[in-house]
Amino acid sequence: MHRVCRKLLRETILAPVIAIAMLAPVRAQAPTVPSFEKLDSMEARVQGCVTCHGQSGQGTDNGYFPRIAGKPARYLYNQLVAFRDKTREYPPMNYLVAYLPDSYLQDIAEHFAQLRPAFAAETTPMTDKAALARGEAIATVGDPGKLIPACVTCHGTGLTGMEPGIPGLVGLRSAYIVAQLTRWRVGDRHAVEPDCMKRIATRLSEADIAAVAGWLSSRRPPRDPSPESANLVRMPLACGSQGQG
Amino acid sequence: MSRRKIAALTTLVALALVAAIGWFMLHPGMLPSSPASSTVTATTQTINRGEYLARAGDCVACHTAPGRKEFAGGRAMATPFGNLYVPNITPDEATGIGEWSADEFYRMMHSGVSRDGSLLYPAMPFASYTKVTRDDSDAIFAYLMSVPPVHQPNRPHELRFPFNNRDLLLGWRALYFKEGEYVSDPQQTAQWNRGAYLVQGLGHCAMCHTAINALGGSSESKAFEGGMIPNQNWYAPSLTSNREAGLGNWSIKDITDLLQVGVSHRGTVYGPMAEVVYNSLQYLSDEDVEAMAVYLKALPQRDQEVLPSSERLVSPAVMELGRKTYEQQCAMCHGREGAGMPPQYPPLANNQSITMSSPVNSIRMVLNGGYPPGTRKNPRPHGMPPFSHILGDDEVAAVVTYIRVAWGNTGTPVTTAQANELRKLLPE
Repeated sequence: MHRVCRKLLRETILAPVIAIAMLAPVRAQAPTVPSFEKLDSMEARVQGCVTCHGQSGQGTDNGYFPRIAGKPARYLYNQLVAFRDKTREYPPMNYLVAYLPDSYLQDIAEHFAQLRPAFAAETTPMTDKAALARGEAIATVGDPGKLIPACVTCHGTGLTGMEPGIPGLVGLRSAYIVAQLTRWRVGDRHAVEPDCMKRIATRLSEADIAAVAGWLSSRRPPRDPSPESANLVRMPLACGSQGQG
Repeated sequence: MSRRKIAALTTLVALALVAAIGWFMLHPGMLPSSPASSTVTATTQTINRGEYLARAGDCVACHTAPGRKEFAGGRAMATPFGNLYVPNITPDEATGIGEWSADEFYRMMHSGVSRDGSLLYPAMPFASYTKVTRDDSDAIFAYLMSVPPVHQPNRPHELRFPFNNRDLLLGWRALYFKEGEYVSDPQQTAQWNRGAYLVQGLGHCAMCHTAINALGGSSESKAFEGGMIPNQNWYAPSLTSNREAGLGNWSIKDITDLLQVGVSHRGTVYGPMAEVVYNSLQYLSDEDVEAMAVYLKALPQRDQEVLPSSERLVSPAVMELGRKTYEQQCAMCHGREGAGMPPQYPPLANNQSITMSSPVNSIRMVLNGGYPPGTRKNPRPHGMPPFSHILGDDEVAAVVTYIRVAWGNTGTPVTTAQANELRKLLPE
């Protein structure tokens, strides 16, 4: 082969091959290790999220960091703005997004909203049968006596959330759900008024929260984990994050 | 009268005089009321200029509480002496500065004396703002008078005894406050002087980049030599040492990029400096940022004291742990040889902020990650994730040690205890 040709071949074919070979072992590692294909991409820009939320927002083994992939973009955007403006307090998040403008937070929200990574394998389910039954009841039929609507009414029959502002619950771990409901109950977490989740969380006892979190975290995702369309159903409580106010 | 009696009397009179002067300086009182303020007739041009200058002074950063109305104050400012609550500077008559005159506003900026004659705590950077011209002060005042008034009473400060006694400020002022507008240096260019005016005056860079001592003061001889920022656990690097953030060997383009864009080919801003770029510097004109860069680059640089290699010795085991951690977690973005992918991912090799004597910022970045500010010229910055939940203190110390000494970097090793201390200080 001609020398120039060989050189060309080396540079055009071999170089990328070598580059890919060098990248390959990195990409093959744990889903929480920074990795991306193209520098000028959202994938590269959101590397700041991956050690906690996973490369595709699928969550990690750490139960406290939630899955964010596939949640409605408006919900994710609301949370990012709330973290930036410290109306939702969690210092590591408050710090990371403190100096990011609205338009970029919107891009980040849309990026994770359109991802559909695989769900993590099932974790050890709650063994307390009575609690599981109580959790299932709260989630699927609610507790009319305590004025608690069923989770599925708003979060979707497949628990995949509802556009534009209600998050999916499937794929979340028990520790995260317990923490969020508790924070709502004690007034540390808020949503746009009227804050429907505050009304619901304050009607739940600690045992209720543990039960419903245990049951929810045992659910497997439906075939299509996309959120349901906006307001197909009439919600039993008005929610500011759905634009009802 | 005996000589002794005369001497005693003279001493008494002198003491009384000093006391009277002291009393006057402590309690300057209100200014005589001036003819109707001219701000209601301020032109659009003046108000626009005032808005620009208020950006340069970054008033909004301290005078706005997170998520609340601009300039309405109420933000808690933690200091080593207790919490200060920043006042409302909207033009509300009852709770803001609606009844102030331009004279009173200038006295506050120039002398650190409030409208009622009380002395300001130096958390308000009047030691820098004293350099601001009367004309610029009037423009800022006209702008502040034009923003929506917000009725929000000021919250009293919560300073510990004895710092809650404002009379003590007289001592602080005698030691650390030199009143006076900026005076141009005729030996220097107009551009250098403009840069000096902005850096020393409205930019109030010295508030962080000059070390603060136990009395909350910073001495002029140590100007821009760097120091820990009280209560924030970030180190503000020296601007006068090429081993820290001295910009002597940076190109003007890299300096203006760092200040205005937030990222450059030499380094990136995070933490408190990201806040400054986000709220203030990104809005400055190219000309003004370049003037600041010219001035900063020309600051006299101290000798480049490279530490003896004995202090840079690292045990092979630590080096190996650091290298392994680096290749696993960091190399994807910062490169195997620390070249980074500038400006998106900063280089670590030959990066002063990595090798400078204080390792605080590097350890913090590994623990907490960080995003540069989203700016007009870089609205979608690339970010770094936190590793505090993935790496133990020994791994954090090893990887920070590794980047401080690898690739010809001349930093010193850090200890597991240093990593642990910062981990405990920072909320997780």
